[in-house]
Amino acid sequence: MARIGSLPAGGSVTATRQTPARAVGRRSGWTLRGLVLLFLVLVLIYFVIPLFWLVVSATKTNDELFSTFGLWFAPDFHLLQNLHDVFTYDDGIFVTWLTNSAYYAVVSALGASLIATLAGYAFAKLPFPGRELVFAIILGTIMVPNTALAIPTYLLLSKVGLVNTPLAIILPSLVTPFGVYLMRVYAEQALPDDLLDAARVDGASEWRIFWRIALRLLAPGFVTVLLLTFVGTWNNFFLPLVVTNNPAYYPLTVGLANWNQLSQAFSGSRILYTLVITGSLISVFPLIIGFLFLQRYWQGGLTFGSLRS
Amino acid sequence: MIPSQDMAKHSQAELRQQAIEIQDLAAPSSHLPSALRFWRGWSRRVVIPYLFLLPFLLLFSFFLLVPLLYAFWTSFFVERLIGGITFVGWQNYQEVLHDGNFWEGVRNVLLLLFTQVPLMLGLSLLLALLLDSQIVRLKTIFRLGYFLPYAIPSVIGALLWGYLYSAHIGPFAQLAELLHWPPPPFLSAAGLLPSIANILTWQWTGYNMVILYAALQAIPPELYDAARVDGASGWEIARRIKIPLIAPALVLTVVFSIIGTLQLFNEPQIMTAIVPNLIQDHYTPNLYAYNLAFTNEQYNYAAAVSFVLGAVVFVFSYVFMLVTYRRGQR
Repeated sequence: MARIGSLPAGGSVTATRQTPARAVGRRSGWTLRGLVLLFLVLVLIYFVIPLFWLVVSATKTNDELFSTFGLWFAPDFHLLQNLHDVFTYDDGIFVTWLTNSAYYAVVSALGASLIATLAGYAFAKLPFPGRELVFAIILGTIMVPNTALAIPTYLLLSKVGLVNTPLAIILPSLVTPFGVYLMRVYAEQALPDDLLDAARVDGASEWRIFWRIALRLLAPGFVTVLLLTFVGTWNNFFLPLVVTNNPAYYPLTVGLANWNQLSQAFSGSRILYTLVITGSLISVFPLIIGFLFLQRYWQGGLTFGSLRS
Repeated sequence: MIPSQDMAKHSQAELRQQAIEIQDLAAPSSHLPSALRFWRGWSRRVVIPYLFLLPFLLLFSFFLLVPLLYAFWTSFFVERLIGGITFVGWQNYQEVLHDGNFWEGVRNVLLLLFTQVPLMLGLSLLLALLLDSQIVRLKTIFRLGYFLPYAIPSVIGALLWGYLYSAHIGPFAQLAELLHWPPPPFLSAAGLLPSIANILTWQWTGYNMVILYAALQAIPPELYDAARVDGASGWEIARRIKIPLIAPALVLTVVFSIIGTLQLFNEPQIMTAIVPNLIQDHYTPNLYAYNLAFTNEQYNYAAAVSFVLGAVVFVFSYVFMLVTYRRGQR
């Protein structure tokens, strides 16, 4: 905050430049600052209020959802009962979905970031024939519509008997063209050629150089791709919707969408409303915690993705 | 080994070449027959890089290239109850081009593209500029708050807003009832598209803001100092220095938004359960392709629909990049 004095809105640089118009500008600078703050707070409320509603509603019974005002708590606190309902409904299928989501996301994220790091390192630091062509093909696929991919993927997976297995969700999630792009850009910035050449002169094999030197320096980029893939897989809806039709293999997103469909079909007369709401709250929780604690990394990822013009 | 004054004259590539040659000299391979030496060089320049790429390229081929080619191939066939599968050439594509359902879906996503995307990106840019300026304190709280919806699965986001829009349990309808107003028509035929636009704006504004904010933070502050000495206002600095400098990041957010909006699926799919009579099976092209494939089992026609959609996405992204590139050249 030390630099506030040099703010353009706060006044001029030297006293001789302090014209009357500028003095007025200083006073209106305070109202301007107040208006900006008001605007930012209103926008913040807009972004946070649906989550507040979710937290409040998870503490209510199905009847209270209809009879009490949505943005404040009901007299009695029903959260524990709702949690109990979510975890025991239909023989505890929600626990299966939760573990499925975690399993798919962890395995995909670890695998995808390792694979993307290997590829990005090769693109950045090992010149080879066909490098730019292969890279252009990979980048070009970012524009492919996901239906164009999901339908044939489903048909091919069903031919090899992989539909309704965890692999049907994990294997396609391992392919992250954007992750390869990020790792290439990151490796170009983070790995000095001299260092790699010095290791080569010392007789280290390329494989050893990657594991002993490069991977350590690429760790921040690796974690970024890890996080992006984790979020992508945890949030994925279309692929699991297409390649699974057995509830035992659903991730949270497909399971909750299924409950939602059922609750709407009975127009809210069943306890399913509270199930969907409380289940949504649970599924949102791990990611929000992760984002708050690891913000350095996802921010880094979004940055170096956009820096290359 | 190399005198340091020479180092400066050599480019990086030359240096690396030298390092490789030195390694060749040092390694016992220099005494080996030339065929073997050729193999070593070839392995270093071709085999080893491709070994690093192998895991990615294998999965990329199996789960991206092969499905794509397979879909392209199937889009040239028709499956009939009598006569089985027959090759029909471009017939499916001709049908798609004359398919009113498909173009109705395209119209919906284009409406979103030309109304919701500019609004959302304008808001993202404004928020990023305000947080980057020194007017505001507590930036971290605002930034995290704005970014929060990105952490929420879009399915959950759509479910959540579905409840908020509800005429029974939604707080907006409850407030309206308190004031003896009619419930807001979020889920009517006219209100549906704005309602979806709102979900998208809520979910993605923060994500785009973070990209733009990161680009703004990367600008060296010295660039503003001269402008400040000349008495430029914060607004002028934003317009003449900041926005031109973050143009690449802006282009990135627009291209991602074009791709994401034209392929819209999750939100309308979730809304179908809530208002089944309002969202037809062809509300967006992606929803249409999905329903063609998995409800009607018209896989071949669905593949053709997907490819025409892909072409539309490509044309819009490409035209946009071309236009901005031309502008940048001037």
